[in-house]
Amino acid sequence: MRYLPHSAAERAEMLGVIGAADIDALFSAVPARALKNFDLGLPAHSPEFLVETHMKALSAKNHAGADGPFFVGAGAYRHHVPATVDHLIQRSEWLTAYTPYQPEISQGTLQMLFEFQTQVAKLTGMDVANASLYDGSTGTAEAVLMARRLTKRNKIVLSGGLHPHYRDVVKAYLKDDADLECLSASPEGQGDILDHIDDQTAAIVIQTPDFYGHLRNMKTAADAAHAKGALLIVVITEVVSLGLLEAPGALGADIVVAEGQSIGNALNFGGPYLGLMATRKEFIRQMPGRLCGETVDAEGQRGFVLTLSTREQHIRREKATSNICTNSGLCALAFSIHMALLGEAGFTRLARLNHANACKLADALAAVPGVEVLNDSFFNEMTIRTSRPAAALIERLAARGILGGVPVSRLEPKDPTVANLIVLAATELTTDADIAALCAALSEELA
Amino acid sequence: MSMNNQGRPTGVGTSGFASTSGSSLLPNEPLLFEIGDTEHSGVDLPDVTITMDRLGGFERKTPLDLAGLTEPEAMRHYVRLSRLNHSIDSGMYPLGSCTMKHNPRLNEKMARLPGFSDIHPLQPTSTVQGALELMNELSHWLMTLTNTAAVALTPKAGAHGELLGMMAIKAAQDAAGQSHRTVVLVPESAHGTNPATAAFLGYSVKPIPARADGTVDVQAVKDALSPEVAAIMLTNPNTCGLFEPQVIEIAEAVHAAGAFFYCDGANFNAIMGVVRPGDLGIDAMHINLHKTFSTPHGGGGPGAGPVVLSAALAPFAPVPFVRKGSDGLELVEHAEDEALGRITAFQGQMGMYVRALTYMLSHGGDGLAQAAQDAVLNANYIKARLQHVFSVPFNDYPTMHEALFDDTFLAGTGVTTLDFAKALIDEGFHPMTMYFPLVVHGAMLIEPTESESKQTLDRFCDVMEELALDAKSGNAARFTSAPLNAPRRRLDETRAARSPILKWERPVEAMKAAE
Amino acid sequence: MTTKFTPDHEYIRVEGSTGIVGITPFAQEALGDIVFVELPAVGKVLKKGDEAAVVESVKAASEIYAPVSGTVTAINEELTVNPGLINADPEAGGWIYKIAIADAADLDGLLDSDAYAELTL
Repeated sequence: MRYLPHSAAERAEMLGVIGAADIDALFSAVPARALKNFDLGLPAHSPEFLVETHMKALSAKNHAGADGPFFVGAGAYRHHVPATVDHLIQRSEWLTAYTPYQPEISQGTLQMLFEFQTQVAKLTGMDVANASLYDGSTGTAEAVLMARRLTKRNKIVLSGGLHPHYRDVVKAYLKDDADLECLSASPEGQGDILDHIDDQTAAIVIQTPDFYGHLRNMKTAADAAHAKGALLIVVITEVVSLGLLEAPGALGADIVVAEGQSIGNALNFGGPYLGLMATRKEFIRQMPGRLCGETVDAEGQRGFVLTLSTREQHIRREKATSNICTNSGLCALAFSIHMALLGEAGFTRLARLNHANACKLADALAAVPGVEVLNDSFFNEMTIRTSRPAAALIERLAARGILGGVPVSRLEPKDPTVANLIVLAATELTTDADIAALCAALSEELA
Repeated sequence: MSMNNQGRPTGVGTSGFASTSGSSLLPNEPLLFEIGDTEHSGVDLPDVTITMDRLGGFERKTPLDLAGLTEPEAMRHYVRLSRLNHSIDSGMYPLGSCTMKHNPRLNEKMARLPGFSDIHPLQPTSTVQGALELMNELSHWLMTLTNTAAVALTPKAGAHGELLGMMAIKAAQDAAGQSHRTVVLVPESAHGTNPATAAFLGYSVKPIPARADGTVDVQAVKDALSPEVAAIMLTNPNTCGLFEPQVIEIAEAVHAAGAFFYCDGANFNAIMGVVRPGDLGIDAMHINLHKTFSTPHGGGGPGAGPVVLSAALAPFAPVPFVRKGSDGLELVEHAEDEALGRITAFQGQMGMYVRALTYMLSHGGDGLAQAAQDAVLNANYIKARLQHVFSVPFNDYPTMHEALFDDTFLAGTGVTTLDFAKALIDEGFHPMTMYFPLVVHGAMLIEPTESESKQTLDRFCDVMEELALDAKSGNAARFTSAPLNAPRRRLDETRAARSPILKWERPVEAMKAAE
Repeated sequence: MTTKFTPDHEYIRVEGSTGIVGITPFAQEALGDIVFVELPAVGKVLKKGDEAAVVESVKAASEIYAPVSGTVTAINEELTVNPGLINADPEAGGWIYKIAIADAADLDGLLDSDAYAELTL
């Protein structure tokens, strides 16, 4: 087997040094009835080319983003990732290093994390950011728990514009919790979360652009929350929007959670992604996840270490801020490299291009009979109401080779009011021809 | 360029640190923000004009202030930074309980096939049948290797899997009218994530002491069991590197008391293909794909922590999961009674599924068993070669895939476990896991994995032996000053924690803040 | 003025009906550099054995338990900016909080300095 270095002779020699008669002697603590008393019935080891053939066959059964017009968003976005990013993250020293627990020989990872934290803090306009969480959805649940610790209050209100998966994850994390209030879906940007804030409220959670693409007013939400001593958690699923939209930190957000996939990371059918989390300086001791900080070494040279780790599970055990251990290091690296390649100039251009393409999409869709665009405001994503049920319509578009967005009913199957709604996104990869193809197909299907 | 009174530049976009000067082999690299500026970019994009009328009045007014680099500058920055890292590809990484094994590049290549990397989690399932098939196939391997009834693939990492497994246990007990079970038994030697997870779900944690031989005290488990106990969280093989010899007896006692057996599968690498945890009576176990099935650690993640479930817990698996339907494979995204619901957006770590399945297919059932046996052989070889110099806390059983030593052999030398580990850096090895498990004084936990050749193991043992003898001979200075042969000397962690600096700030701002 | 000790290495210096609580020189030595102190709220009512504060070093967090029942009357704010005081001067400048002792009988169960010294030999 190509990955295992020992020859049979070496194995025998090593057993001799150990003083074991055979390999089974090393498993003597295993109850006899559980040791190799089975036939797994799994295939035997396989040469590289055969494995590759098998995997390519599976891959070929899928319709990839590049195979046709593509408008799927709703929390994961198809953006271009520069070749440099993927080349760099595959370097051995990045790919095959562990968590930087030995800082003397992990300065690469540590400095990168410090740069990443700085980038995230600047993007969100917050004081500090952590070194990443699993993804935006679990990050939102972590933020809610953090707000409860900070305020010592329990009530949480989730906006009806929050991504339904995110809402469901928060619900699972706060199982059976009477203090969780989830406002019903608000595809037209309606619903006033501000009426639900009281003096028992720990935090309100608002997504912007929201799941349906509307841009939400963070400033009024922050003011209303703060007036009652509650916190504002802002969720962002499309981080590219921050190239064009005001930083949540400048509008009063207390905790910002974002899905960072859009920068540097492919769609990957849902993961791995990376959660960004940023907050105010005074809240850092209640922030979950790893943090990297600057210090000096024994010779006074600048260096970086993981710090404030007493918040974490391996020290606090049952008193930790979270049970989180692994982060999304490599995805954070991809994010950081891509963001460094973009810089402010490139990132701003990228955001404008996304918005410009979305404007074209919205205008074209509005001209299709049987289609109503629900958004007055949006960044690169919008919701349409169609004259026919959305789920079947999306299937028919797929049969034509067009991935035409996400039927809202897929995420909200119990809500009949969303049956004819579709969420669509445009990015820098969306072409005029893609938009024309989508609108032509929609016109035919809805005729 | 404006400079502050220390002669340092004041803004992003400085040439104060020359990015292109100096030897590429020097262990220093300025920060991105010290070499980049807000004008440079390594991405060519058309500069389109837009109107602001559809932005709701929320357009950005705060400057982004993000430093950019052109492509050659970026390449150099990240290549230079990378050289400051130790990695498995460059040397042995014997971190106990972390399973730093070889990461085959075929896995990376497969994960980048467009049919896996360029598909969206919410595109119609009719267009991703190959992806669902892959998830199904991975599930089959995981259930077969563990002899369990179901698997939940979605957890993002081991700790997330633990959380899911314990949530499933809670959901099952709530459904059975057993909500009064509020206690979880956790052995003292457990990973910190175990008690953190139990506490997170509102359980109180009852520690179970270890016996003198490093295994769990079965009698203590039996004594601790009561109608209030929801579950035991047991790592097997345990964190001392030992297989729990009475694990079946523990499982039977736990089940007899109406509780569940959560197994921390962090050490599954020692037994895959050799022992099926389902045969031991486990109800739930997470499998770290990033350890056992060699998805790369990437400097701290991403991981993936699928959880296998017994028949009793299978109905409480979270959504989504893959099911055979009339029209091919279906992705079930909403369960009938939503007992547990959803623990992450989308379908989990697909990129990791691809890598893990590629690894499994490469090894086959036979190769996985051989890998486990080689991992155990290697750890026992290290233990056998070093035990005359090092002190072995538990020697009643052969070790599994990790060799555990304590610091008795360093008594009176003035050298601590930490010092010893740092000296290993100077010899070209990554240190072993230190001070864990907590039940052993000054623990050194060494996990060679199956990837190391006998030649490498011999050199590692030679170095370890030489270091131990040197420490015993009174050469403490070599250890307390180590590492010398690394990009940095020891770092001041106290300073980092007392006044945290968690992001780069312009020198002027930093000065203002300090005033 | 007497000083009593707990087996968990807290001291309580009794001044009238008030106790001044901190950790012993032995404890600060064992913990290493203190980097953060989580102080109780003034007015907090503690039962003997309750967790009153947390001191953190780089690698460890240790709960400080109330040696006696009572109410927190003052906290050492200086520790929030200079936690190293606990290392430099644990028994004077590094005190953690003051407590109004509810029941002086609680003190009887604590160690005197000789008994504590014996414990840490």
